[in-house]
Amino acid sequence: MRRPGGIEAMAEATVQRANDRAGVTKRLLRELVGYERTLGTAMIFVLISSVAQAVAPWLVGRAIDGSIFGSDVRGHVLLIGLLLVVYVASAAAQRIQSRLIGSAGQRVLANMRAKLFRHLQQLPISYFDKRPIGDLMSRLQSDVDTLNQLFAQGFTQLVGLLLALFGIIVAMLWLNWKLALACYTIIPAMLATTSFFAARARAAYRKTRETTGDVSADLQEGIVGIREAQAFNRTEVNIARFRARNAANRDANVSATGITSAFSPAMEVLSTLATALVIGFGGWLVVKGELTVGMLAAFLLYVQQFFRPVQLAASVYTLLQSALAGAERLFAILDAPVEPPDVQQATQLTQLQGRIEFDHVSFAYDPARPVLQDVTFEVEAGTVVALVGRTGAGKTTIANLVPRFYDATSGTVRIDGHDVTKVSRASLRASMAMVPQEPFLFTGSLAENISYGRPAATREQVEAAAKAVDLHEFISGLPKGYDTVLGEGGHSLSQGQRQLVAFARAILTEPRILILDEATASIDTRTEMLIQKALTTLLAKRTAVVIAHRLSTIANADLILVIEAGRILERGTHEQLLAAKGRYAELYRTQFREGPKLAAG
Amino acid sequence: MWRALGYLRGYRLETGGALLSLVLVSGASLLAPQVVRFAIDDGIDKHEWPKVQWAVGGLVALAVLRGVFNFGQGYLAERASQGVAFQLREGLYAHLQKLSFNYYDTAQTGNMLTRLTNDVEQVRTFVGGGVVQMAASLAMLLGTIVLLFAMNPTLALAALATVVPIFWVLKRFVTKVGPMFGRVQGTLSRLSVALQESLQGLKVVRAFSGERREVARYGAINDELRDQNLSLVGLMSSNFPLVNFFANLGTVAVIGVGGVLMFRGSLTLGELIAFNSYLAFLLMPIMTIGFLAAQIPRAGASAARVFELLDTPLELSDAPDATALPTLTGRVEFKDVVFRYAGSEKPTLKGVSFVIEPGQTVALLGTTGAGKSTIINLIPRFYDVNSGAVLVDGHDVRKVTLSSLRSQIGIVLQEALLFSGSVRSNIAYGRPDASLDEVKAAATAAQAASFIEALPQGYETLIGERGVGLSGGQRQRLAIARALLTDPRLLILDDSTSAVDAETEVAIQAALDALMHNSTKTAFVIAQRISTVRDADVILVLDDGQIVAKGTHEELLANSPLYSEILGTQLRGPTVPTASNTSSRTEVA
Repeated sequence: MRRPGGIEAMAEATVQRANDRAGVTKRLLRELVGYERTLGTAMIFVLISSVAQAVAPWLVGRAIDGSIFGSDVRGHVLLIGLLLVVYVASAAAQRIQSRLIGSAGQRVLANMRAKLFRHLQQLPISYFDKRPIGDLMSRLQSDVDTLNQLFAQGFTQLVGLLLALFGIIVAMLWLNWKLALACYTIIPAMLATTSFFAARARAAYRKTRETTGDVSADLQEGIVGIREAQAFNRTEVNIARFRARNAANRDANVSATGITSAFSPAMEVLSTLATALVIGFGGWLVVKGELTVGMLAAFLLYVQQFFRPVQLAASVYTLLQSALAGAERLFAILDAPVEPPDVQQATQLTQLQGRIEFDHVSFAYDPARPVLQDVTFEVEAGTVVALVGRTGAGKTTIANLVPRFYDATSGTVRIDGHDVTKVSRASLRASMAMVPQEPFLFTGSLAENISYGRPAATREQVEAAAKAVDLHEFISGLPKGYDTVLGEGGHSLSQGQRQLVAFARAILTEPRILILDEATASIDTRTEMLIQKALTTLLAKRTAVVIAHRLSTIANADLILVIEAGRILERGTHEQLLAAKGRYAELYRTQFREGPKLAAG
Repeated sequence: MWRALGYLRGYRLETGGALLSLVLVSGASLLAPQVVRFAIDDGIDKHEWPKVQWAVGGLVALAVLRGVFNFGQGYLAERASQGVAFQLREGLYAHLQKLSFNYYDTAQTGNMLTRLTNDVEQVRTFVGGGVVQMAASLAMLLGTIVLLFAMNPTLALAALATVVPIFWVLKRFVTKVGPMFGRVQGTLSRLSVALQESLQGLKVVRAFSGERREVARYGAINDELRDQNLSLVGLMSSNFPLVNFFANLGTVAVIGVGGVLMFRGSLTLGELIAFNSYLAFLLMPIMTIGFLAAQIPRAGASAARVFELLDTPLELSDAPDATALPTLTGRVEFKDVVFRYAGSEKPTLKGVSFVIEPGQTVALLGTTGAGKSTIINLIPRFYDVNSGAVLVDGHDVRKVTLSSLRSQIGIVLQEALLFSGSVRSNIAYGRPDASLDEVKAAATAAQAASFIEALPQGYETLIGERGVGLSGGQRQRLAIARALLTDPRLLILDDSTSAVDAETEVAIQAALDALMHNSTKTAFVIAQRISTVRDADVILVLDDGQIVAKGTHEELLANSPLYSEILGTQLRGPTVPTASNTSSRTEVA
């Protein structure tokens, strides 16, 4: 729909910037600032446990040799004691390092989440116009989660394993370089096998994800659209379609598992080959007298420990890749420029009268497609302006420019003579209230929802606001009254009631300027009357910009602006515009043609 | 849980094959250290080169054998488990398609989706992989223990002594970690709600300067999540190294005690090394059993939720002696119908009777909660009446098959739901085999053709979640086209358009007019607009579950005060200044 060109270009630039993997890694590392000491300390313990892992098999080998050749009981006990010490040190070091790294990781993640959320709260509204909520949600959840996995498992393991691997390689070479080199010949085979399976597994899992997506989309529609399905006798068709997708998903999963369950046996075969190699070649060396039996045993232990890191390194690498991709998407959010800050020495608006002035205002998300063109009008304090026109004509944009949700591309919007770009946003918005067409309610109590714009309001004030819109009686009738907790989206209330809550919320802030997008929702006539009455209270003595749908609102407005294709086509009062017999008169006839006839009859 | 396991019966071959493979894998695994022992004791130690060669060959053969059967085990277990998941999902989906509106009135979409996805997955992993692995682990554990004792009882005891603390640590860990994960999940979902609301309510947040409070709210939950994650980290970092330590302690015990035994000559070197290998075989099954044991309560709870849904009785289904409804003429009769929604105390309809002749257009008028929607929901038998009867062409709707009844009724529901897919497939929803010409004809009749043709790909344009967004009026007209395409004898319209501009409204009105004046169809319309009502053959005015007035527009204007009151402002024309005359009865249901 809307394609803001400037932002698009900026987003592309940020994508390019963040695309640089090394850059992303560096930025990710920068998130660790403040934890250098923790992580540094952790590294010392990682080193200790790695050394322990490298030394232990050698000690075992020595012990075995001692057992065979000597009857040196004291030596044996000493070695065993030493082995015990090594294992204790290793366990302690593991415990300390995993706790240090894990908790630093969790803190970094929490910081990052908070930072992202804060940033989202500061981004201009235009940022959200073209981004589905689901996309942002998944970035803050799934992408942060991939980082979590990296921190929780990958990071510690990766470092520990690499060090252990290094230690083991050195130890093996030192014990017997010939046997060591023979063992290493298995490594290329292992890497080749891994990459062979990894490529196939990736493709197979892509298929799995796609079919899983199909299944869950089908499920969702099957449940959400159940009324349609039953009304249109579609259930059998739906069941058959689901069966096909369900089966495709099953088959994709089975063949993906076919690949992964071939992978680990293949790796095991290779690692057994290594064991066989040690016994075969090592045995030959023992026979030749170049190796002791104990050292052969040590080699067996080394070979076992040797392949675990190699295998894990592959999975950590995958983890790292997806974490970097996730981080990249997160940084793209953080790189989006926030709302321009208030200008220096911004005026603090106090005691607003409520005069609104649009001075040759133009606005465009995309320069090629202007939304508003040269809009000029004035609204005197305390009067009501009704915006009338088709969907997409620019009514909402005009309303959005008043609280400075967007900045005009050219021209000036003034409140009480102050250019809105020169006053502090908070003081500007503090004297305004907005009622959107679809009232939005937060999870929380009714009282919290009404006092959203003025959290410090007393219960009496909240009740007064509710009374003003005829909502008090209903709320008092609820078992928990004002403390009734609303579910997600406030869906436990009817549409009309949600509207009234939004009115009460607006009234409580005692706004000088009210911006109202009238709902034309399906409410029965009685509730409609309540809303009408509340509206009268709401509009009284305030400046109001109303995106109007109700005839009574329009007819009562002090000024009607007929908007078409981003311009003001006609302006005047109801009577003036009817008399002019222009677009308004036409709209009036088509929309309300039945009215006069009935009134007459 | 047992019932979930019962589903494996359909996959006997796979399950049996997986078990057999696992037994062979375990056997091969247990044999391998013996071959190593043979190589060392009989080969290397005695410098008998051919024996070493034999052993090496044996090891490789065993490894290949193990690889093949390991693959077989993994593959077959997956086939069985995916099969079980397939059957469960299939059963659930089919069941959901048949549950009555009554059920959906109170059910939560998210909750049902969770059951179909997460819960089924939980059951799948346990039933498929878990059970087989559990059996295999137990076999492996027992086999190892037997072998150890056969080789050297003293050393076996020493090795087993270190296993006991591992078991203890794991048990403690598993009991603590489960609830902790649960808490983390709970906090995560609260965090997600906070995020979602701050995004959905973006403009409200900004307009009322609520940014800081949103940050604080999110921050508080975020901190809570961090702290819970920190204690999880603490738990893991104190338990895993401990398990490792005890496992290593096993090596110390074997080498230490084994060394002493070797001094005495009661143990060979090969046996010692084989013993050490077997330690891993003790550890692995214990870990597996520990983690699987932790899954049992979760899988059990999931299975319970899945079967609860599967066992929800279908309140509405064809009677055993249901007949197919012949082609309708369109006569509808309500005979003293009383209806109460499940869970509500007061009946919504309190004895409603009326007769509508074929081809008539009926307008239903009344306040919210008066029972308008209920009446139209009873005709296609979305609900069953509590007493009385709904008759279509003289047939009680309970005595005919649902599909023959519903296929002759076209419905435009209040909130037109569009599915992801093309415009064409949406219009053809009730008749997937309709030709493009038929679809176009329906769209034309519903005044939707012109805007559809203006879409980028016309009738093939994708709409819904991933496609082009449509306005409320456009959706409404697609829904009307959808109803028209089925060429129903009986048409039901819940016409409460939301948020459409004047021109769209005119277009919808034209579409409705065309429909209603088609005398071959009987039409029921819930209307807010006076123009719709005025043209109806019969108007039923409802109040509090009863029909309080019936007649034409003129008749009702003359003798029904409620009729005039409901139409209210529309009757008084456009110049009405403010609505001061509010009814004392505030309707807020």
